[in-house]
Amino acid sequence: MDNLILRAKELLENKTVQVVIGYEAGPTGVVRPAFISDPANADSLIYDERCVQNLAVYLTKPEVKHLGRIAIVSSLPVMRSIMMLISEQQISYDEIVVLGISADGVLLDIADLSVMQGYIDKSDLSNPVKYKELLAELKKLTPAEKFEYWQKELSKCIKCYACRQACPMCYCTRCTVEVNQPQWISVQSNAHGNMEWHILRAMHLAGRCISCGECGRACPVGIPCHLLTMHLTDQVYNYFKVYAGTSEKMNSVMSTYEPNDKESFIV
Amino acid sequence: MSDFEPKIVAFVCNWCTYAGADLTGTSRIKYASNVKIIRFPCTGRIDFMLLLKAFSNGADGIIVSGCHPNDCHYTSGNFHAKRRWIMFKELMDFMGIDMSRITFSWVSAAEGARWAEVVNTTVTRIRELGPYVSYKELVNKSVEEEVKNG
Repeated sequence: MDNLILRAKELLENKTVQVVIGYEAGPTGVVRPAFISDPANADSLIYDERCVQNLAVYLTKPEVKHLGRIAIVSSLPVMRSIMMLISEQQISYDEIVVLGISADGVLLDIADLSVMQGYIDKSDLSNPVKYKELLAELKKLTPAEKFEYWQKELSKCIKCYACRQACPMCYCTRCTVEVNQPQWISVQSNAHGNMEWHILRAMHLAGRCISCGECGRACPVGIPCHLLTMHLTDQVYNYFKVYAGTSEKMNSVMSTYEPNDKESFIV
Repeated sequence: MSDFEPKIVAFVCNWCTYAGADLTGTSRIKYASNVKIIRFPCTGRIDFMLLLKAFSNGADGIIVSGCHPNDCHYTSGNFHAKRRWIMFKELMDFMGIDMSRITFSWVSAAEGARWAEVVNTTVTRIRELGPYVSYKELVNKSVEEEVKNG
């Protein structure tokens, strides 16, 4: 990834950006996010198939915004997250430089927002293939089997909210789970409260999830919670023919409507 | 099970269905008394969490009702609600939660008889389905855990 390192160095040296967010290998070889502000440290940047974390999550954090202008190593999910954050007015494109990486690991020249738009437009925006298969299998189950499957999975939940923390779209400074008047979600981890939490999370991400799967990867007990949001991503496309993070001007699916939205269950 | 009386919670909008239910009463139309009506400013205000709370507080069935499309007092509240319910239903179906216990309907202020019909059909359906045992068990189990763990 020499091009990436050169570009990062250049950006830091001529002070276009104050920090580069990318990936580096930690002392044990585990890939971790890197915040590089000294050009001399840019050599530690890597990009390979292990670099899957959605780095866009850092863009909305006050402590990261405080660092100054940011260059961010961006695969397609990160670019879509950035697009979504711009459309929700959480960040402005002027605050960042996108170091786009194509699916086969080549540094892209993302000069401005329209170039990023063009790249997103010609990419496949549906759920990743490995998740599509899982979703299709789950959909084949009977309602009782589905209920049992999710109860079994959700019973593992320890309410650490890593799924929320890892998600670039979950940027609310005061989340519904922290509201205690009224107490929407029980603080304790229990079967009922866990289910309510995961329903709430999926519903709040309906039409906003960009299918990066970060929530599932972040989960320390291995709940496939990304399947819930990805299922809704499928359904949003099915009903409303839009994918999240495809335009800086898009309205969130759940905060807009078409008079002729089709449903079959309202009598 | 013959003496089972379903508990139904109805979330209705102030401008259409609530007035419609009022008309049912003033028209002296008799309908099932199992329903507890909760008045909202608009269907757009009805958060999906409120439905889950109704179930966890012992409801066996739910009715959600508001103005017909294009009749919303606030122009678009019911359209927003419609999108929300489409997504909610898809998510619930995916998680295996019984959506046949929730009736979504549009009842206008002039449809007093229709409100009675919506309530009666819902009560009949829930009576056949019986109490919502699986959800109640889930809640009870969680409460027991809480008591046990202090």
